[in-house]
Amino acid sequence: MNHDNYPNDYIRGILQSVKTIALVGASQNPARPSWIVMKYLLDRGYDVIPINPGLAGGELLGKKVYAKLSDVPGPVDMVEIFRNSEAAGPITDEALTLDPLPKVLWMQLSVRNDEAAGRAEAKGVQVVMDRCPKIEFGRLSGEISWQGVNSRMLSAKKPVLAGKGFQKLSLNRPK
Amino acid sequence: MTDRLPGFNTLAVHAGAAPDAATGARATPIYQTTSFVFDDVDHAASLFGLQAFGNIYSRIGNPTCAVLEERVAALEGGTAALAVASGHAAEFLVFHTLLQPGDEFVAARKLYGGSINQFNHAYKNFGWNVVWADSDDPSSFEAAITPKTKAIFVESIANPGGVIVDLQAISAIAKKHRIPLIVDNTMATPYLIRPFEHGADIIVHSATKFLGGHGNSIGGLIVDGGSFSFAGDDRYPMLSKPRPEYGGMVLGETFGNFGFAIACRVLGLRDLGPALSPFNAFMLLTGIETLPLRMQRHSDNALAVAEHLSNHSKVSWVSYPGLRNDRYHNLAKQYCPKGAGAVFTFGLKGGYEAGVKLVSNLKLFSHLANIGDTRSLIIHPASTTHRQLTDEQKVQAGAGPEVVRLSIGIEDTEDLIDDLNQALDAA
Repeated sequence: MNHDNYPNDYIRGILQSVKTIALVGASQNPARPSWIVMKYLLDRGYDVIPINPGLAGGELLGKKVYAKLSDVPGPVDMVEIFRNSEAAGPITDEALTLDPLPKVLWMQLSVRNDEAAGRAEAKGVQVVMDRCPKIEFGRLSGEISWQGVNSRMLSAKKPVLAGKGFQKLSLNRPK
Repeated sequence: MTDRLPGFNTLAVHAGAAPDAATGARATPIYQTTSFVFDDVDHAASLFGLQAFGNIYSRIGNPTCAVLEERVAALEGGTAALAVASGHAAEFLVFHTLLQPGDEFVAARKLYGGSINQFNHAYKNFGWNVVWADSDDPSSFEAAITPKTKAIFVESIANPGGVIVDLQAISAIAKKHRIPLIVDNTMATPYLIRPFEHGADIIVHSATKFLGGHGNSIGGLIVDGGSFSFAGDDRYPMLSKPRPEYGGMVLGETFGNFGFAIACRVLGLRDLGPALSPFNAFMLLTGIETLPLRMQRHSDNALAVAEHLSNHSKVSWVSYPGLRNDRYHNLAKQYCPKGAGAVFTFGLKGGYEAGVKLVSNLKLFSHLANIGDTRSLIIHPASTTHRQLTDEQKVQAGAGPEVVRLSIGIEDTEDLIDDLNQALDAA
């Protein structure tokens, strides 16, 4: 995968296929990007499992917090890393010990670790780096256009309402 | 496999404008509403906390205005844009986001007169201090920079017309001193010049002019290039410090490479209020669909008229960079090879009296204080916009008694030349 320029279909495919997301570096501060992204993904129907050793045992946005990835009961489809690029290395290695393996390893906007990405891809795990899943969901669904952001998407097809409320769009617009 | 990048003409028609999600309407609907219902209390809280994308109140954002924003962001190659009530409002919100009281910015001396007034007078009340530099001499910008300098401001094609600014040279100075370069791209539009490709960080527009193009709606735009890193830079606290308005959120960090546009919206537009009406956004969008066609026609017509005037016995000089012997011709070839725009000045051998007679004698050209209309426009600055200045000040401002400014429209070239001929004969 060319990690400088992801095709829209690659990102869309990931966001349409994963259901359970372990979010490493979860925060209880609603002004922090990791809290905002967790809230947004929960609102979009993903099962987000927060990981933070300092908050382990407690609840965040109604979800039980775990200290580390290996504490999570049951399989996760995607591991999202909300830590710095250096810390992404050992977290990747921990994710690669899970059984079954996660399908996707996603590093947040500004986080990039090409060596770790190589180790994950060698095991067949799809990797996304330096991207925000909330921004990508907003871009591909059309929601982000409400904020005047250049979505780099052109379409003569109607965006699809998410079916819950007015101001939510789904990823199911015909291509 | 990477995704294809659409061309400029395609973006001018399509960017930002998918069919309406609720009705399938293909033209962009005019969402003439002040407010938008929330799905529930939690959704409202998410919107107010900047945690979800969506609409609250049309002073802060509106779906029709958002299509205009994305359209212009795409045409300029920026990350995001913000539509506001006028070009003046765009400048105001940009500086409000970048400057604190006591700060300075360096601006080119050759600017739209309205911008010169705003910088010299209105900004004094905020403690924002303009320092003037010579756009023909990039080193004068460097000489004007102090530790208080927070931005550089230039026009790409500069007023009063016929001036091309060396954006790459000025951007190199801005980057060396780590300050953002703001470019007013009103006269060029992204069809002729795309300033982000030459090192600009922020673009402002008076959409009233060529973007809208039909002389029917006032509006402005701010475009974020996403190139300047504000996060962690203490000189720009609106972007780098926790904002008390939003529970301690750091906008430059949370919104990444479109944080500047978001800050202009949620700190500037929200609290200062110069919102664009959805109707005006619709008019401007309709104009932009034909921007590439119009700008080429404007430029082609302007070159033909400039060539004709430069050979006319009653004309002493013509300042148009499209002309081969013009002092800005090489810069024009470098920055705007498709054409040098619609606006230029020329001098009349008959001086002040000849200028007054010329504007009175014309039949097709409209005598008014605007540029960037489908119609050809003329103004004699010495008897109108610059009337209050002393003779010496008029000359310094490029508005000497013999100077006439034209904004060439998209009519038939022959009719424009014929009208100028008959009016010059009678002058």
